[in-house]
Amino acid sequence: MTLLSRVLSIARRKSPWVCRINTGSCNGCDIEVTPLLTPRYDAEQIGVQVHGTPKHCDILVVSGTLTERSRRAVLSMWEQMPSPKAVVALGSCPASGNVFAESPLVLGTSLDTVVPVDVWVPGCPPRPQAILEGIAKAAHLLGEGATRDQLGLGPVAEAASVEAGSTGSGRLAS
Amino acid sequence: MTAVVSFLVAFLVWPGLLIAAPLGWLELWAMRKTLARFQGRKGPPFFQPFFDFVKLMGKRTVFPQGVDRALFVALPMVSAAAITTALVILPMPGNPAPRVPGDVVVLVFLLEVPAICEVLAGYVGRSIYGEVGAMREALMSLAYNLPFLASIIAVAEAAGSFDLVGLAARPFGLVHVAAGIAFLLALPGKLKINPFSIADAEHEIVAGGHIEYSGPLLGLFELTHALEVVVLTELFALLFVPAPSGAVAALSVWFVAGLAVLIGLTLVAAVTARARLPQAFRFYWVWGGAASLAALAAGLVA
Repeated sequence: MTLLSRVLSIARRKSPWVCRINTGSCNGCDIEVTPLLTPRYDAEQIGVQVHGTPKHCDILVVSGTLTERSRRAVLSMWEQMPSPKAVVALGSCPASGNVFAESPLVLGTSLDTVVPVDVWVPGCPPRPQAILEGIAKAAHLLGEGATRDQLGLGPVAEAASVEAGSTGSGRLAS
Repeated sequence: MTAVVSFLVAFLVWPGLLIAAPLGWLELWAMRKTLARFQGRKGPPFFQPFFDFVKLMGKRTVFPQGVDRALFVALPMVSAAAITTALVILPMPGNPAPRVPGDVVVLVFLLEVPAICEVLAGYVGRSIYGEVGAMREALMSLAYNLPFLASIIAVAEAAGSFDLVGLAARPFGLVHVAAGIAFLLALPGKLKINPFSIADAEHEIVAGGHIEYSGPLLGLFELTHALEVVVLTELFALLFVPAPSGAVAALSVWFVAGLAVLIGLTLVAAVTARARLPQAFRFYWVWGGAASLAALAAGLVA
């Protein structure tokens, strides 16, 4: 039994299948994701496959600010993914809204209040190496059974995140 | 009783699951690695298809709303069981299963079962993409089966037998060349690789018939695909590659021949884009049809 669970843990680490959703991004992060599949970075070396449907995937890669419509979409994708699963947030937008914060169409909340995020990849946009490292980290968490989904932790409470978001934009204004 | 036991051994060990599944993963890895090398990439590590399968087996399954659960679960199982039974029928050296007369007909039927399951899966899953994939799969099977069936019938005609042992025992001749070409033409369609990856066109209709599947059930579909690669390459080797005497020598020659065929197919896949359904149909009914006629004529002459 232990041998079986060890093999399963290695397999989870070595086979991260990824699906992407753009929740209102400026497309910068998405352009940085594309090079991962090219000969220069070749994500297939660490077992990454990009799939079109969340049902085949282990890792949800989210780019962009959250809007009222994309909030429902990202939640739906998260619910369609079979456990165990992980979420990787690309760039500053999912965390804080970035330069779009306080725009009328953008939610003032972090992605963390919608789905439990495991890895934040900083940058605007992040470099392809950083994105690849983020996916590899999420795969390691899956292998160790340490993603927030595997630990049974849901999204964080909304109030804390709203406060963080508003202080962030407040600092920009002053 | 002994017949049942030997069938079970053949199903579970050799040439069944225990040997064929790792062989299938090895061949899938070889295809992915060669494709990556052709594209200037490093490619996946050696155990990648194995890890993919184990990981899928360790995941939960998400059932779409409103599906018939029994049918949804049964389809991948029937698909994997049918293709493993096809392996049992192949008269590889050391196969413990007793021979069945007329096994070519059974084999051709069993090779069609995964395609039928994929079509049904597309409709059962209630996804519009799955339905498009299922429709394409059904139409493609009308295309690639022309050269596929003609090549097998041509060899059977020349050998005067519908037993796989009789077909394999037939000395190498012109009919093997002609029928081998028709068989090779059918392979990319049957294995759904470029330019005929029409049925599960990723980036276009997402994943084909098994789009709504997840977890172990998806793993069974992946296993079916790996075993399909094994069955088709073994069948090609058995029918068209003259084997030296001796089981080990024959197996190694066939293994190398199968790998060579797969790498050749991967080369074709690497340099072609996906064809449209009418183009694939025209290709199979014109060029595949010509190859079928040539094979059948060679079978009649021989």
